[in-house]
Amino acid sequence: MSKGVGVDLEDVCIRFGDFVAVREANVSIKGGEFFSFLGPSGCGKTTILRAVSGFLEPSEGRVMIGGKDMAGFGPNKRPTALIFQNLALFPLMKVWENITFSLEVQGVGKAARRKRADELLEMIALTGQGDKLPSELSGGQKQRVAIARALCAEPDVLLLDEPLSALDLKLRQHMRTELREIQKRVGITFIYITHDQGEALTMSDNVAVMRAGIVDQISDGHSIYNDPATPFVASFVGENNVFRGKVKSINGDHAVIDTNRSGDLVARIATSAKGSLNIGDPAMMFLRPEACKIATDTSAAQNRLTAKVLHEEFEGQIYNVFLEGAQGKEIKMSLVNVGQERQSKHSNELTLEYNPDQAVILPAGELASE
Amino acid sequence: MKSENFLLKFFLVAYLVVFFGYLLGPLLVMSVTAFNSPSFPKLTPWECLTFEWFDVLAQDERIITGLKNSLIVGFGTVILSVVMGLAGALMLTQIWPKMRATYYTIVIAPILIPGVVLGISTLVFWDRVSVMLGFGSGSFFQNGIFLTILGQSTFIASYCMLVFVARLQRFDTGLTEAALDLGASNAQAFRKILLPFMKPAIASAAVLAFLASFENYNTTTFTFGKFPTLTIELAQKVRYGIDPSISALAFIIICLTVIGALAHEVYRRRQQLALNNGAPLSAVTGSFQLPKFLRGNPAAIVLVLISLGGFTTIWFSQVYSPKECILDVREQKRILQDLRIQDIKRKRLEQQKATQGTQSTAPANSSTLPQSPNKGAFGGVFAPDNLNKETGKKAVPQSPGKGAFGGVFAPGNLDKTGPQDKKSD
Repeated sequence: MSKGVGVDLEDVCIRFGDFVAVREANVSIKGGEFFSFLGPSGCGKTTILRAVSGFLEPSEGRVMIGGKDMAGFGPNKRPTALIFQNLALFPLMKVWENITFSLEVQGVGKAARRKRADELLEMIALTGQGDKLPSELSGGQKQRVAIARALCAEPDVLLLDEPLSALDLKLRQHMRTELREIQKRVGITFIYITHDQGEALTMSDNVAVMRAGIVDQISDGHSIYNDPATPFVASFVGENNVFRGKVKSINGDHAVIDTNRSGDLVARIATSAKGSLNIGDPAMMFLRPEACKIATDTSAAQNRLTAKVLHEEFEGQIYNVFLEGAQGKEIKMSLVNVGQERQSKHSNELTLEYNPDQAVILPAGELASE
Repeated sequence: MKSENFLLKFFLVAYLVVFFGYLLGPLLVMSVTAFNSPSFPKLTPWECLTFEWFDVLAQDERIITGLKNSLIVGFGTVILSVVMGLAGALMLTQIWPKMRATYYTIVIAPILIPGVVLGISTLVFWDRVSVMLGFGSGSFFQNGIFLTILGQSTFIASYCMLVFVARLQRFDTGLTEAALDLGASNAQAFRKILLPFMKPAIASAAVLAFLASFENYNTTTFTFGKFPTLTIELAQKVRYGIDPSISALAFIIICLTVIGALAHEVYRRRQQLALNNGAPLSAVTGSFQLPKFLRGNPAAIVLVLISLGGFTTIWFSQVYSPKECILDVREQKRILQDLRIQDIKRKRLEQQKATQGTQSTAPANSSTLPQSPNKGAFGGVFAPDNLNKETGKKAVPQSPGKGAFGGVFAPGNLDKTGPQDKKSD
């Protein structure tokens, strides 16, 4: 198993007629990396995956795997294996035949295939289940069979197209850890497609966030969450309270924006916007619900807001408190459940406070639609 | 309320009886006539149980060759139609979406074109091809088997295609992609993924194609050439009058169909039973096992009963001989006829006596009238006295001039044993 083969997309454009599915994507994926494409449905992430696996040829640009241009190589000639969204296990073949299909088409004998299947079944903790049909397995087991089938082909790059989306929450969380462990064990490059930011952030070394065919940001999960490059990333990944306004003053890393309804607010300027943001520009400030706190000091400040409690949701580890700020501005605040007194009393006036380093200011732009 | 329910039920049952009677009645009647001895297929009067018509059928050269030709044509049509149908169906999934409706209309058209037209056009087309390629008459392109297979396949392939399209709609093209992704070539993906998936559809299309080919008449009637199929032979036979050997053939075909359908049902139910009992799916799809499946499987029980019945019948037919019965029936018929004739005679006698009684003054025709030779075309058979054999016999001289029918219609001639009877009278 050759490890650590990188994948590079160079100026990849993919068009279907007049529709541009992917626009000038430049992505460099290092060998042995767990890389995720994150985006809402229809953003072109599956298209990219199909271009890498060879089911599509890019209209422009090149797909390089291990430094080799893949143009003209069909899916059966590329060192990639794809795990489909619906898994696409062969329903008429037994589990072990499914797993060793890649060996069967190479003409490997039955005994050798069976042996390899048993090894892989052991790896995915399904020892002794080889003679079942896929329809007799549970969702999680099918998932693991699909992974084993892909790994049996000994690919350099494993591509996963939202493979966990059909599983229930518990299983999904379990499979996340399992996938990450398998990736570390086999050491090959994983390219993972998902619209679930939780999956992307927990598993990946790096994440590319896509919007309508455009790659907005490529970074590790931490930066994606804390230092978004565009308003789209900020609003798509995690939750954010958005305050629109105009830049009033800039002071080093921080800026103050003048919001009509909530007054002047201060926040850190996002790394991508440093230097390009000028006074008077339309801007947006993003404030995470968990960055809000209840202030004990109720005097006015540029990092304080007043709001009325509308209602409260209890999620277990956190409370989500929905508030109404000045002139009907909706604000969401998340409080860690440490057994404190709840805020659910309607119309309870509160003063919120936040650390300006935990809020970001970006030039105004398109938001992710809810 | 209750009576209404009862009425409803009554009508439902009545409807079902009529419906099934309409559906199955002709088959039943046909089957029964195969075992009746009269030489025209008849249900009543029931005369003798006989298996002779199966013998007659087995010895009928034309039916047997017809059957052979039908099987050859059927086999060829199945292969050609299934292949063409599958290709057509796959094409439908591959073609540009804009073309799809047009393409579908074109390939489905042969079903809508009358079979007669297909038959004629097949004949004409291949004749032209044969001439264009410079072959003489009797070339391969004018061979009846070849033409019939091609002619039938033109529309049977469309039927097959419909079956395949229905199955293909449930095919996940992701499976083919997965196979390609795992390194399979296109041919391997087709053979190892698509073909196994299509297997049930291929089986049903093959059965459908075979049945359609076997029963086809109107296309075949133009193309069979020197190789008449069974339907053609039957049609020709009917023109010269039929005997119950055709019923026997029908009976055999019905039996095969019923047994085939039951066997299929048994297999299906066995699978379902096993699944309901919690057996894993992989165990069910295995090979056929006999003993356990009888439990709770009515279709299996019926099949076993029918098979037993079949074997018993075959054994019985070897042992049983209807000769005695047939002789018996003949004898009975003869006696019945005699009785009838005597009955008529007696009546006439009585009638004559009555007339003689009332018209005693009238001169006796028989003694006074001269038997002139020119008494007419019917030899005086209609003269009232002639009806009475006893007097007629004495009075009517066997003159050569008694008419074109030589007196065959004289009532006395009907009775072969007449003279003895007269004595006993």
